[in-house]
Amino acid sequence: MFSDLFNPEKLMEAWEIILTQFPMAIWETVYVTVLSTLFAIVIGLPLGVLLVAGEKDGVMPLPAWLMQVLNVVINLLRSVPFLILMILVFPLTRLIVGTVVGTTASIVPLVIAAFPFIARLAETSLREVNPNIIEMAQSLGASPMQIILKVMIPESVPSLLSNATTAITTILGYSAMSGIIGGGGLGKIAINYGYYRYQYLIMIAAVILLILLVQVFQSGGTYLAVKSDKRLKRKAN
Amino acid sequence: MIKIKNVSRTFHMATNDVEALKNVTINIEKGDIFGIIGTSGAGKSTLVRCINMLERPDEGTVEIEGVDIGELSPAKLREVRRSIAMIFQGFNLLMQRNCLKNVCFPLELAGVKKAEAEAKALELLDIVGLKDKANAYPCELSGGQQQRVAIARALATNPKILLCDEATSALDPNTTNSILELIRDINRKLGITVVIITHQMSVVESICKHVAILDHGVVAEQGEVTEVFTSPKSAAARSLVFPEGDQGSLIAAGECDHFIRVVFNGAHTTGKPVIAGMAVNKGIEANIAYASTKSIDGKVYGSMLLGIIGDEDTLATAIEYLTQNNDIIAEEVKVNVQ
Repeated sequence: MFSDLFNPEKLMEAWEIILTQFPMAIWETVYVTVLSTLFAIVIGLPLGVLLVAGEKDGVMPLPAWLMQVLNVVINLLRSVPFLILMILVFPLTRLIVGTVVGTTASIVPLVIAAFPFIARLAETSLREVNPNIIEMAQSLGASPMQIILKVMIPESVPSLLSNATTAITTILGYSAMSGIIGGGGLGKIAINYGYYRYQYLIMIAAVILLILLVQVFQSGGTYLAVKSDKRLKRKAN
Repeated sequence: MIKIKNVSRTFHMATNDVEALKNVTINIEKGDIFGIIGTSGAGKSTLVRCINMLERPDEGTVEIEGVDIGELSPAKLREVRRSIAMIFQGFNLLMQRNCLKNVCFPLELAGVKKAEAEAKALELLDIVGLKDKANAYPCELSGGQQQRVAIARALATNPKILLCDEATSALDPNTTNSILELIRDINRKLGITVVIITHQMSVVESICKHVAILDHGVVAEQGEVTEVFTSPKSAAARSLVFPEGDQGSLIAAGECDHFIRVVFNGAHTTGKPVIAGMAVNKGIEANIAYASTKSIDGKVYGSMLLGIIGDEDTLATAIEYLTQNNDIIAEEVKVNVQ
């Protein structure tokens, strides 16, 4: 199947497609990934806070049944395969975006797949906060809300950032998958040209670009996480 | 100022119940430096956490300036907590904030304006001698410096009470002394009532006026430091005050017939060579089997264990000679030599 991969005619054709289609595809991928991650953080971070603060010994204990519901819902959403989830949320996507195909429409299933994941990541980050520091804040008369906003979240920023990086790279991978049901971006190109029309060069080029994007997001995220961590100050100097 | 009345607290563990506090009653006067000492697991930390309701007693009450703080609403309790500052063994600074912002933290919680809070924080950093570290982050500071920042933070809301939970246990002896000096200064200048939780005798000796000895959740003994330390009555107090005392591991104790415990009860007794005087004037030679003297409030306290060779008369003469000074107590003790 790879025998005529490098014949000049094929190469030219592939180059043509790369030049015309890829810039837009890259933009779509970045746009979908970043927007989906942002929305997912908006929903997932507060849920992560609730998972930690709402516990029996947390700073803002919530009823046990509510915590149970929250946990079950998150686990449930996380266990549905993304491909199925995309199809399952068609009605919701139509309701919000007006259509189920296209780049913007793929944001809805991406957010729904990602926010439970982000809630769990945020939960891990927030659990790392030293309980003695929370006790210190309580001894100074901090309210539960003040502890969450001024202690738990700020103290775990480096960890939250590195987990956000994990999230964004994962969501990038999912966004490529959404190409199958009409989502845009590099995933769509890889599937349409590479898989359906046997133009493997295009597929390989799209995959390489996806790898590069993951690298860029990962390096950028790691850089920010390290830079934001004041505990590493001495080593950094 | 602080009235702890019949406080009990039991922790329900998976396998058994642990009674951390049993019917504890302590009164702490305004302006005092009050030590609560005990071995680990004696319930000290639980007790100090009852003073600001971080730990709620199962029974009994805690009154601060006549107010039963166990009865307060969460909002009222938070307000009271602002007048009860606390410092910890682990310093508990916010690692992602610089020193200035750490000191600002309690002011922020209280809704003080930023500029005002920072001015106050700088002033406090100056008091603890760390003004030049305002922009440094906690990880860039030594343990002693971090504890100073924590003290500055504790003082930010003008508290009436300062609770110190093993505040010097993670520090070396020199740093410990400088931190204790700072706490004493704060107590004197600002009139803040200080409660010190510690397992270190030296801390109580060097700074506290009153002390309570906590043993397995029970107050074994309490009173003035000088009194409790010079003539401990309870077994728990004795084992804290004379950790080596009645044990067999004594130096040069082998051949002696009698042992005398000599207690220096204040005054300037160690200025005079008492033991040498006894040898010269009475011809009684004493082996110093154990000695520990300390300076409290500028006076000398401590104890010595003397081994004496001779009969009952020699013993009586020695005790008589030693006790002619009013500030010295001497008594015969039985020591088991291994």
